[in-house]
Amino acid sequence: MKRLNLVLVILLALFVTPGFAQNITVGMTVSNTGALNVDSLEQYRGFELWRDQANAAGGIKAGGKSYKVQFVKYDDESNTKRVQQLYTRLITEGNADFLFSPYSSSLTATAAIVTEQNGKIMLTTGAAEGKTYTLGNHYLFQMFTPGSEYMKGALDALKSKDPKATVAFVYEDASFSNSVVDPAKAYAQQIGMNVVFSERYAPNTTDFSALIDKVIASKATVLMGGGHYADGSTLAKQLYEHKVPLKMVTLLVAPDSDKWPELGDAAVGVIVPSQWEPQVALKAQYGPSGADFAKWYKTKYNSEPSYESAGGYAAGLVLQRAIEQAGGTDTAKVADALNKTDITTFYGRTKFSTAAADHGLQVGHAMVLAQWQKDKSGHAVKQVVWPLTTKSANLVYPIH
Amino acid sequence: MIDGVLIGCVYGLAAMGLSLIWGVMDVINLTHGAVTVLGMFGMYLLFSAFPVNAYLLLLPVIVAGLLLGLIIYWTAVHWVIDRPQLASLLSTFAVNMIIIGAGTAIWSTSPYNVNYTLRGITIGAYTFTGNHIAASTAAVVIALALELFLYRTRAGKAIRAVADNREAAELMGISSTAVLALAFAIGIALAMASGALVSTLFPFTILSGATYQMKSFVVTVLAGLGKPMGALVAGILLGLLEGAVTPFIAVSWIPVIEFGLFVVVLVAFPKGLFARATA
Repeated sequence: MKRLNLVLVILLALFVTPGFAQNITVGMTVSNTGALNVDSLEQYRGFELWRDQANAAGGIKAGGKSYKVQFVKYDDESNTKRVQQLYTRLITEGNADFLFSPYSSSLTATAAIVTEQNGKIMLTTGAAEGKTYTLGNHYLFQMFTPGSEYMKGALDALKSKDPKATVAFVYEDASFSNSVVDPAKAYAQQIGMNVVFSERYAPNTTDFSALIDKVIASKATVLMGGGHYADGSTLAKQLYEHKVPLKMVTLLVAPDSDKWPELGDAAVGVIVPSQWEPQVALKAQYGPSGADFAKWYKTKYNSEPSYESAGGYAAGLVLQRAIEQAGGTDTAKVADALNKTDITTFYGRTKFSTAAADHGLQVGHAMVLAQWQKDKSGHAVKQVVWPLTTKSANLVYPIH
Repeated sequence: MIDGVLIGCVYGLAAMGLSLIWGVMDVINLTHGAVTVLGMFGMYLLFSAFPVNAYLLLLPVIVAGLLLGLIIYWTAVHWVIDRPQLASLLSTFAVNMIIIGAGTAIWSTSPYNVNYTLRGITIGAYTFTGNHIAASTAAVVIALALELFLYRTRAGKAIRAVADNREAAELMGISSTAVLALAFAIGIALAMASGALVSTLFPFTILSGATYQMKSFVVTVLAGLGKPMGALVAGILLGLLEGAVTPFIAVSWIPVIEFGLFVVVLVAFPKGLFARATA
C-alpha cells in the first residue's frame, strides 16, 4: 500500500505540477565542413547562445509550463543534397518540433521544401534570397532583410560621395548573390550610376585573375559583389595583390566575419552590407540589449559576434516569444503568433509578410553598411558608415 | 595573357606527373588529383611549422612525394600493372577515394590557405603577383630538372627505355619493376610539387584535386601521352588560351572551351600536338 501511495505521489508530481519542465526540440543542420563553414558556425553560435541562456533562465514559459530547449543537429557539409536528407531526418528521427534554417539561401531553399511538406515551422536566418517566400509557403519565416535590399545602402552612399563613379559587379553565381546583385544593377541604373562591367563566377572559384584583368580593362572605379566567405576573402586578397585601383569595394557576407582582419592590409577599406552591427544601439522591446548580447558572445566564444551570430540569436528570441504568445508548441498557434509578430529586439525590427504572394518574407528589418577601417593603433576595426543616422565613423572614400 | 602563362607553367608541371606515369607504365593514374591536394596540405603543414620562404619547402614535399609514390606503387599498382588497363584505373581510383576520405576526416572539407606573399611586378595598370612568378619559375626549374634526369642519367635513360619497349629493356638487363616504381614515384612527386605551388596561389580544400586532375588530363592529351616536356608546353598553351579568351567571354565558358579542345585534339591529333616534334 505504501509503495502504491509513493507511485501516486510521484505521478501527481509529474503530471499536475504546473511548472514541470518539458523539452522543445529545435532541429537544424550546420556546415561543419565545406565552403560555408565559417559563416554557418557563426550562425550556429547565435542559436547555441540563445538556447543556453533560455535554459539558464528556466526555459521558455508558455501556457503555465516551462520548456527546456534542446537541439538536434547534423553536419550538412555545405551541400544541398545533404540538406534534403538531413531535414527529413531531423523531422522523422530527430522529432524536431521547430526548425532553424541551414546557412545560405541555396541550402535554405532546399530545406524549406522538406519542412513545408512536413508542416513544420522553420525560421530562416543567414538566408536572404526572397524568391523562396513567393512559392506559397505557410510555415517559413525569414529573419534577414531580403537580398534585393542588400546593396541599396552601398549604392546610395556611393552616389552621395561620387555620383560619377563607374561600377563593376563581380559576384558568385549562386541564388543568394544573384538575388542581391540583379536588383542592385536595376537600382544603380534607377539612381543614375554608371555600371560598366558585370560578370558572375562559379561557386568555389579560387583564381580571380581573369576577372580582375577584366575589371581593370573596364576602368571601373568601384567593385561590388562577392558571395560568401571562401570566395569573398579570396577575391579581396587577389584584388589587393593585383593592386587594382579601386576607390570602393563592397562585398557580400565575407567581410562581416571575425576572421576578416586575417587578410591583413587587403581587409582594410572593404565594405559589407550588414544585418546588424554592435554599434547600432536599438531599444529592445524583448530580450537583451545589443551590448549585452555582444558581451555574452565574446565571453563564451572569445570572438566578436557577426551579423550571422546576431541573426541566429534573434531567430531563437522570435521563436521563444511566439511560443510564449501561443501558450505552447502547437504548430498552428505558433505560426499564428509569428504572423502577428512585430517586435524590436537588439537585432532590430522583425515583422513577417502575411500577404499570400510573399508569406513569411521579412518586411520589418533594416540593414546598415559597415566598413573595415584602421583605428588609432593601426588595428582593423569595423565601423558603421551608413545610414548616416546610425554611423559610428565617416565612410572612407576613396580607399586608396 | 601573362597571368595565363604563369599559371600554365603550374598546370604543365601537374600534367607532367600524369603524363610520365601514363607514358611509361600505361597506367591512368586516378590518384593524381588527390596527391596534388596532398602536396597542397604538405606545403600548408610545413609552412605552418616553419614559416620560411615557402618555395624552399618544395624540397621536402618532393621527397615526401617520392616516398608516397613508392608506397602507392607497391600497394596498389604493381600487382595489377600487367592486367587490363581497367584494373589499374580502378585500383588508383580506390586509392584516390582512400586519400580523400582520410583527408576529409583529418582536415574536413573547409578551405585552407598558405599565407605567404612575395612582392609582385607592376606594368601599367596590371600587377603580376610575386607568388605567380615564383611558382611558375619553380615549375619550369623542376620540369627542366626532370628533362635532364630523363636524358642525362642512367636511371632516366632506363625509364625512357622501359617506356619505349619494356621487353627489350629487360633483355638489356634493366629491371623493369624498379624502373616502373621509380617512374611512378617521380610522377607522384611532380603532382605533389605542383599542388604545393598551387597552394601558394589559391585557397584549397581536400576536394580541390578534381579541378587540377581534369586540367592535367586536357594538358596530357594536348601534349600526347608520355611526353613530359610536351606537357609543360601544353600547360603553358592552356594557360595562354585561358588568358586569350577571357576578355571576350564569361569566365564560366572556359571549361566548355577547354574540354571542346580536348575532344578536338583526341579526334584530330590522337598522338597529341607534339607527336612529331618529340617522338
